[in-house]
Amino acid sequence: MRTLKDAKIGETVTVTGLQGTGALKRRVMDMGITRGTQVYVRKLAPLGDPVEVTVRGYELSLRKQEAEMIEIQ
Amino acid sequence: MALTIALVGNPNSGKTTLFNLLTGANQYVGNWPGVTVEKKEGYLRSNKEIKLADLPGIYSLSPYSPEEMISRSYLAENRPDAIINIVDGTNIERNLYLTTQLMDFGLPMVVAVNQMDMVQKSGDKLDVVALSKKLGLPVVAISALKNTGVDTLIQKAQEVAQKGLAPEPAKLNEHTENAIIEIENMLEHLPKESRRWYAIKALESDEAAFKEGEFAKLKAMGLSAIIESFEQLRNDEAESAIITDRYDLVEVFVRDSYRKKSVGLNTSDKIDRVVTNRVLALPIFAVVMFLVYYIAVTTVGAWVTDWTNEELFGDGFFLGKGKAAYEEATANYEEAEILKEAFESEAEKSGYDLQKDSFLQDAENLKVTAAWEDEEGEPVTKEVDIATYKEALTTLETEPEPEDFGRFVPGIPVVVENWMGEDATPWVKSLVLDGVVAGVGAVLGFVPQMFVLFFMLAILEGCGYMARVAFIMDRIFRRFGLSGKSFIPMLIGTGCSVPGIMASRTIENERDRRMTIVTTSFIPCGAKLPVIAMIAGALFGGAPWVSPLTYFIGMAAVIISGLILKKTRMFGGEASPFVMELPAYRLPAASNVLRSTWERGWSFIKKAGSIILLSSIVIWIISYVGFIDGRFVLVEDLNDGLAANIGNAIAWIFKPLGFGDWRSTVATTFGLVAKENVVNTFGILYRAPEIAEDGRQIWGMLAQTYTPAAGFSLLLFNLLCLPCFAAMGAIRREMNNARYTLFAFGYQTLFAYVVSLIVYQLWLLFTGASFTVASFIAVALLFAGIYLVVRPKQKLKGETL
Repeated sequence: MRTLKDAKIGETVTVTGLQGTGALKRRVMDMGITRGTQVYVRKLAPLGDPVEVTVRGYELSLRKQEAEMIEIQ
Repeated sequence: MALTIALVGNPNSGKTTLFNLLTGANQYVGNWPGVTVEKKEGYLRSNKEIKLADLPGIYSLSPYSPEEMISRSYLAENRPDAIINIVDGTNIERNLYLTTQLMDFGLPMVVAVNQMDMVQKSGDKLDVVALSKKLGLPVVAISALKNTGVDTLIQKAQEVAQKGLAPEPAKLNEHTENAIIEIENMLEHLPKESRRWYAIKALESDEAAFKEGEFAKLKAMGLSAIIESFEQLRNDEAESAIITDRYDLVEVFVRDSYRKKSVGLNTSDKIDRVVTNRVLALPIFAVVMFLVYYIAVTTVGAWVTDWTNEELFGDGFFLGKGKAAYEEATANYEEAEILKEAFESEAEKSGYDLQKDSFLQDAENLKVTAAWEDEEGEPVTKEVDIATYKEALTTLETEPEPEDFGRFVPGIPVVVENWMGEDATPWVKSLVLDGVVAGVGAVLGFVPQMFVLFFMLAILEGCGYMARVAFIMDRIFRRFGLSGKSFIPMLIGTGCSVPGIMASRTIENERDRRMTIVTTSFIPCGAKLPVIAMIAGALFGGAPWVSPLTYFIGMAAVIISGLILKKTRMFGGEASPFVMELPAYRLPAASNVLRSTWERGWSFIKKAGSIILLSSIVIWIISYVGFIDGRFVLVEDLNDGLAANIGNAIAWIFKPLGFGDWRSTVATTFGLVAKENVVNTFGILYRAPEIAEDGRQIWGMLAQTYTPAAGFSLLLFNLLCLPCFAAMGAIRREMNNARYTLFAFGYQTLFAYVVSLIVYQLWLLFTGASFTVASFIAVALLFAGIYLVVRPKQKLKGETL
């Protein structure tokens, strides 16, 4: 299964689901990453982690570890 | 009619700007009980009857962060008369997600769409009327920055509050609504308008929303079955299903009211392309950090600190010109004294009688070489003949008074001394001047520097760069349980721990912030440099590697502590999610920057001030009170004070560290007032008549007392143990929690002790000493330390974020 961690920079992907539980999952969803959301992978931090994405019209940064929870098409 | 209105909105929505605009100076900043989250309240500028409560900036009302917990319990339990929900017009979807949650409280509510000017400028279209219809509540377009639409907003908010007009809650998915109704029926003991909120929380299994035992009661009434069948219908967890519902609903809200003109990059995107670019990000980061450090620590910050310490809390200062001339005159006067002294003592040795009227003629041909050290400790010599001597006598006739050289304002100690007058009892005078004024002055000296720093932090936060700092540095710092934003406190900490600790404010995550507070003072600050110079000079022949080594040790202490602490129960818990908004770059509002600077600075003065005042008094008492001949008296000499007695009594504690003599114990204790005092105290204790900043006059005596190993151990202990009182005050202020404050103090002291012990004992072993009990303990502690660093993370029960 592909996750957001596998997406390439410059790619726009659609979220198909989220793994994980509790605070982390809730936080990711609260920030607007829900099933069916389009996510544009914008860039990687200079040291290689975290990732910057555009979601629902704003910029969000998340660690690769968290990106791995987000299933994409 | 007195009304309370709650201001709720996302971070970066302009909530603070709006709050400041509405309340002006009529606001109070405090902390919510038990947490460091700020509590701001104020009265409307236009109507003092209306109280505004500024709730922390939040994205949601989940139970996972203190900010969200505070906000939701405030809304659910205090039930303000109305909610103003401020929504960022340039980021409408995520902002409206919170709106859908707020609508569940059954409270009168108005939505304020902020940054409307920005929306229009970007060419996007936002139809406020259509949005208002969809939401079923008043929506007002405003710009908090430009003060447009704000009056209408207040008028609407007052209107809904007075009429008690709560909006219809936003209708979620059909299955969700059915489940909510079922649970609402179980909550009939609650008032009708608050049932929905609790019903949704019950459906989400959000136990924290309920009073103890209440959730279990609901479960007993069949809640679990409702949740189970709901989750089956939705094929998702209840919590996720409800979030999805809300975002689906937001999409419906904005579909007809918002049109994005999505072409090309906006200004913020363009800035970001450069600033966090893979190649340029680190150089730009280095430049920005250098500027912050340079301005806050080396230049402006140092100037204001020196001015406060040396002039405001010294003899005084000149308004306008006069300082240079006065200093020159003083230097001449002091030189004349030395020359006179040299000439006269030589004359006496040569058999001349100074008292004789004919002395000047008698000694006409006498030539003397006066030798002394200048301010930098460089030797100076000067020939003195009769002419020079006469000149010196003339110079000495009038001692330069600062008042004669310009408009001179005496320093605070001088003013206080004059105010107390001649008749004040000596001990009262000493307590006030040497204890209170000197102690408080030492700390207030940092305040101007702190204001400079806070000013720059406010700019970094206001323009959006602070979030990028975290973005860039996260990878390094999170390994040690810290945040990318911990970089700034550590950097500032190389100048002074006090503003460094205060800079940890910018870290939102409580755990990361606490870890940063505990570790920041391990980084050698400016005041520790004289101590380093003293030990390096006295015991290592001024070796150039000592000073850099202390910085590495400081960094290592931060890293090791991070690794140890992040595995403990107190600092452990679930890894903090780093799901962070990178707000759009914008020009910070001047009023916000100034207000934030002022609030942080003032809060330090108020909260840290008390601990500093108290400790200054205690230190004064133990220094200047002592037993002489069995009587309790005020002592002249530190060597006779209680401090020296206490130092003697507890010196044995430091025996295993190699410096268990009373002098180092007393010096270390006085280092708590200010670290540079360690050098001065050694000076006094060795009865050195005068002492340079690096203590060069006592290097010889130190070298006789301590071996290099013991000296290094003494240095280590002083670097790592409790910081000065000012920094302890800052720690207390920022932790805002007695347990964590005491833990920080205890941890720092213990850590310093253990590190010094290990280093000293291993040093002895490696230089050929025999294996003793102490070396066994040191080795055991070393292994224990390694274990604490590498041990697997503890499984923690019942820990929340």
